[in-house]
Amino acid sequence: MTSIVTQGTFRAALLDPRAATPAGLTGPAGATSPRRFAVYRNNVAASLTEALANGFPVVAKLVGERFFRAMAGVFLRAHPPASPMLTRWGEDFPHFLAGFGPAAPLPYLPDVARLELALRRAYHAADAPALDTARLGRLAPDALVTARLHFAPAAWTLASSHPVHAIWAANAQHGPKPGHGPQEVLVGRRGFHPVATLLPPGGAAVTRALMDGVPLGDAAEGADLAPLLAAWLQAGALTDLEA
Amino acid sequence: MSTNTKALAAAASVAAVLAAHGAAAQETEKCYGVSLAGENDCAAGPGTTCAGTSTIDYQGNAWTLVPTGTCEEITVTDAADGMERMGSLEALDRDLPA
Amino acid sequence: MLDATPRSLPHAPGVGYKAAHFNGLMDDPGPVGWIEVHAENYMGAGGRPLAQLRALSERLPLSVHGVGLSIGGEGRLDPEHLARLKHLIGWSRPASFSEHLAWATHLAHDGAPEYLNDLLPLPYTAATLARVCDHVDEVQEATGTRMLLENPSSYLLFAESTYPETEFLRQVVRRTGCGLLLDVNNVFVSATNLGFSPEGYIDAFPFDAVGELHLGGHDEDRDEDGAPLLIDSHGREVADPVWALYRHVLEKAGPRPTLIEWDNDVPDWPTLRAEAERAEALLAPVR
Repeated sequence: MTSIVTQGTFRAALLDPRAATPAGLTGPAGATSPRRFAVYRNNVAASLTEALANGFPVVAKLVGERFFRAMAGVFLRAHPPASPMLTRWGEDFPHFLAGFGPAAPLPYLPDVARLELALRRAYHAADAPALDTARLGRLAPDALVTARLHFAPAAWTLASSHPVHAIWAANAQHGPKPGHGPQEVLVGRRGFHPVATLLPPGGAAVTRALMDGVPLGDAAEGADLAPLLAAWLQAGALTDLEA
Repeated sequence: MSTNTKALAAAASVAAVLAAHGAAAQETEKCYGVSLAGENDCAAGPGTTCAGTSTIDYQGNAWTLVPTGTCEEITVTDAADGMERMGSLEALDRDLPA
Repeated sequence: MLDATPRSLPHAPGVGYKAAHFNGLMDDPGPVGWIEVHAENYMGAGGRPLAQLRALSERLPLSVHGVGLSIGGEGRLDPEHLARLKHLIGWSRPASFSEHLAWATHLAHDGAPEYLNDLLPLPYTAATLARVCDHVDEVQEATGTRMLLENPSSYLLFAESTYPETEFLRQVVRRTGCGLLLDVNNVFVSATNLGFSPEGYIDAFPFDAVGELHLGGHDEDRDEDGAPLLIDSHGREVADPVWALYRHVLEKAGPRPTLIEWDNDVPDWPTLRAEAERAEALLAPVR
C-alpha cells in the first residue's frame, strides 16, 4: 500500500530532528532519504533563526552567536510564526526570554527584546506627519493645560528596572558602557528612522496617560515638562494637538 | 499646584524646549537606502547547515552553552541581594541548578 | 522611460529588488527593464518599505511575487493574508502577480496557523489538484488578477503522486485559467535531484501559459548514497547548465520576461547587472 504523507505528518517531522523521515517520501531510487528531508528541516530552522537574529540584533550581540542560534532553535519550535509576515514574528520572544533558564543571568534581556520589537514595529508603522511645533508655541498658557496631545502610530514607551536604553545604545550605536539603575524609554520615528530616546524618570507613565487622552495639565502634573517635551520631539512622537 | 501656576510652568517649558528644538526640524527623507533585513524570501537556506537537524534540549540538562557576547561587559545589580555581578560566566555558575 | 503601469512585463531581464541596489538600478540599470518584490515585505502599515515600493513602481514595471500564501496547503487560505495581497496589488498596480505551487502554513490542532517559512512540497494527486485549483480560483477572485503559479524545486518524491509535475500544472491552467511562472533553475535542480531529464520536462511544459521565467543560483550537496543533491539557495551566479537550459526554453517559447533571483549573499550591483546582461544576450536574438 502506498504511504500517504499528510501535511501534519510532514510538519511534525520537520520541526522534530529526532523524528524519522516520513514513509512515502523517497529519493529517485525509491529509498527513504533523511539527507533529502533535512533540506526542508534546515530551510525552516535556518531561515527562521536568521529572521530572529535580524529582528533582535542587540539580543544576539549580547548573548553571542552560538548561544543565540541554539536559543533560536528552541524558540522557533515553541513559537513558530503565526502569519507569513515575518516582520511581525517575535512578539512572544521577550516572554520566552524571561522564562529561558540559560539566559537567566541576563535579567535585562526581555526588556532589550521589547525595545527591539518596538523599533521594528516603528519601522513598519503607519506614516503620520509630525506636529508643527509652532502650534504648541502659539498656545496660551491656560490652553496648554487643557490640551490633548496626539502620538504617532510608531510611539511606544517602556519603564524598565534595568538600564535598557544604555544597554541598547552601547550595542546598537557604540554608546558608552552602561551603568546601573532603571531607565525609561520612548520609541518613535523621525521620517523613516526608528528612534529610541531616554525619558526622564516617570516619563513613561506621563506619556502613556497622554496617549490615553488625558489633558496635558493632568497627565504631567508635578512633572518637569521640559525634558519630556524634548524627548517627544526628538522621537518624532507628536502628530497633533487638540487645544 | 493651582491651574494658573501649572499653566505658567508648562508655558515656560514649552517655550524653552521649542527654542532649543527650533532648527532641528524634520529633515527631508529619501525613501531608499538600506532596509531592515530578515524579511521574507523564497530561497532555500544553505544545504550544509545543520540548523534543522540539531537542537539542544535545555530542559534535559543537555544545554551547555553560556552567553558569551557583549553581555560580558555589562555589570548588573541583582534586585534580590543588591550585589553587583560581572559578566555572564560567573553568574551562570551561581544561578544554574547543578 | 518605460510605461509605469503596463498590462504585462516587458520581454527583458528583471531583478529581484534589494534596497542596497536602489542607486545602481536608478543610475545604471543596463538591460534591466523591471523588478520583482516579495509581497510579504510590503504589507506593513507604512514606513520606508512602502515609500520605496511607491517610488519604484512609478519608475519600473513591477512584479509582485508572493512567498507565503500556502496555495498547496491542506487548510483554507488565510483570509487576512488574502486581504493584504488584494490591498497591495490594488495600490501598487503590478504588471504581474505570482505565487508558488507549495505549502507553508499548517493549522495546529487548535486551529492556530503556523507559518513554516519554506516552500514545502506536495504530492501530485487528484485530491491535491482539486485543492490547488480551488485555492487558485479563490486568489484570482479575491485579487481580481490572473495569477502565475511557479514550479517548485524538489528534493524528494511522494510515493503517492499520480501526475507528472508538468501534467499537474497543465491541469491547473486548464481548470483555473491561471498562468505559469517557469523557474528554469528549479527545473534543473529537481531534474538532477529526482533523476529526470530537464529537457524532457521543458518539452512537456505548457508554454502558452508562461508569463515569466526565473533564473537563480543553486548549491551542490550529496545525499547519503552519494547522489547529487542540489539546493535552490539563490546565493550565487546562475550555473552554466541552467543557462544552457534557459537557451533551450527560449528556442521553444520565444522571449519571455526573465528574472534574476539572488536572495542570499546579495552581490554588488555590477555583479547582479552582469547576470542580467547574460540573460539579455540570450533574449535579444529571439526577441
